Amino acid sequence: MANIQIPTPLRTFTNGETDITVKGNTVGEALHDLTTQHAALKQHLYNEEGKLRTCVNLFLDGDDVRHLKGENTAINAESSLRIVPSVAGGLIYSHTVNMSKMQ
Amino acid sequence: MSITVNSPPAEDVQLSNDEIIRYSRHLIMPEVTLSGQRKLKDASVLCVGTGGLGSPVALYLAAAGVGNIGMVDYDVVEANNLQRQIIHGTSTIGQLKVESAKNRLLDINPHINIAAHNNLFTSKNALKLAEPYDLIIDGTDNFPTRYLVNDVCVLQNKPNVYGSIFRFEGQVSVFWAEHGPCYRCLFPEPPPPGLVPSCAEGGVLGILPGTIGTMQATEAIKLIVGIGEPLIGKLLLYDALAMSVDIVRLKKSPDCVICSSQPTITELIDYEQFCGMPLHDQTDEEGAGEEWDITVSQLKDKFDAGDKIRLIDVREDFEWDIVNLPQAELIPMGDLPGRLSEFNTADEHIIMCRTGGRSAQMLQLLVSAGITKVKNLKGGIRAWATEIDTQLPIY
Repeated sequence: MANIQIPTPLRTFTNGETDITVKGNTVGEALHDLTTQHAALKQHLYNEEGKLRTCVNLFLDGDDVRHLKGENTAINAESSLRIVPSVAGGLIYSHTVNMSKMQ
Repeated sequence: MSITVNSPPAEDVQLSNDEIIRYSRHLIMPEVTLSGQRKLKDASVLCVGTGGLGSPVALYLAAAGVGNIGMVDYDVVEANNLQRQIIHGTSTIGQLKVESAKNRLLDINPHINIAAHNNLFTSKNALKLAEPYDLIIDGTDNFPTRYLVNDVCVLQNKPNVYGSIFRFEGQVSVFWAEHGPCYRCLFPEPPPPGLVPSCAEGGVLGILPGTIGTMQATEAIKLIVGIGEPLIGKLLLYDALAMSVDIVRLKKSPDCVICSSQPTITELIDYEQFCGMPLHDQTDEEGAGEEWDITVSQLKDKFDAGDKIRLIDVREDFEWDIVNLPQAELIPMGDLPGRLSEFNTADEHIIMCRTGGRSAQMLQLLVSAGITKVKNLKGGIRAWATEIDTQLPIY
């Protein structure tokens, strides 16, 4: 068990929950459990190939897991994982849909 | 360890008696003194953006006596800026933001120089605009300009005092490739455009940029005077609702495309292409493409002709309360996937939201579910209020 802090932009996908208790012995397992509990988060954390998006930063007890062992970094019950999103500001972007991708 | 941006000021950078009175609360602090105040007077800072973040940054830097402040913005002051952009006022609505800001700053402190750059900050002008300045403040509101500011700072070896805000949360750091990581070390790539929070989840607490911008100004002043511990290699995370401040540790990425020992980016690039989004302000009109869009005047024609259509508004209920069309029915986009059974494939549907972006997403969902007689209201209720019923409020 560990705790994951969810940033504001992703709370829409966790029913507003800010801290979520997850199972797992590694960062990857904890994220897997997180996206099992809240499936809508998956596309925000992982790309189409199932790899963690480069715009998603994970900090384990204040350290960037990219500089530890990435998703294989070990965690324990006391661990606190934090997702730090890439935030630009108040600008509202176009959500123009590419309908050609729907075929 | 303290780090400073500039060399000691030249002998001719001295304070007048008026300036000594003005800055006396600085001069009596042993960390600042006359020497630090002269460094402030000699310093030059470029604020990219004169909005929510740029406002408090510039106001405090001007008050503190930073001698040369550049302001870059291409926009004009609008009423909906004033909830957070405190450098501007009701009397300056309609003015160029850089002119409005310049007049306010010179009112606070006539002893400083203000350069007003009424431009978009782009790959074409950024290096030249930034060149005379010691330090750059990232007070922008979009990803392309953030990457541009970063790359300019790396290429010109300048500190990038970064701040960003979203709803109740803010981030602050000092990216300076010579001494630590750059913005790209932390965020190698922007989020895909479709995953950027939409207007449904957007917004910002008006006071938040005040808090974050003031922290940016603090970092700038520390770097100029050469005191304290700068936020280099650290990212400060502020949550106004929890009233919490956390700091996480950052490291330089050995694979960074611009600040590593083997950079693949050695000059400015096309940042709109890199991010897949524009570096200018929000578009008021969004759509799903010509084939799928309907304009507000076409919708009015349908109403006038008595056409049988089902108009679905996918905004949130609190937005519906601000303004709505009586012909529409509200199905917030979060509820729509669970209510597809309420749609009849034989009916003609028009989907709308505030500006046409969220409705375009929902149109895609409906078409995927086999509901193909569907159009997207281009420009949403903003376009309706602008072009058809000008008595309606616009938000």
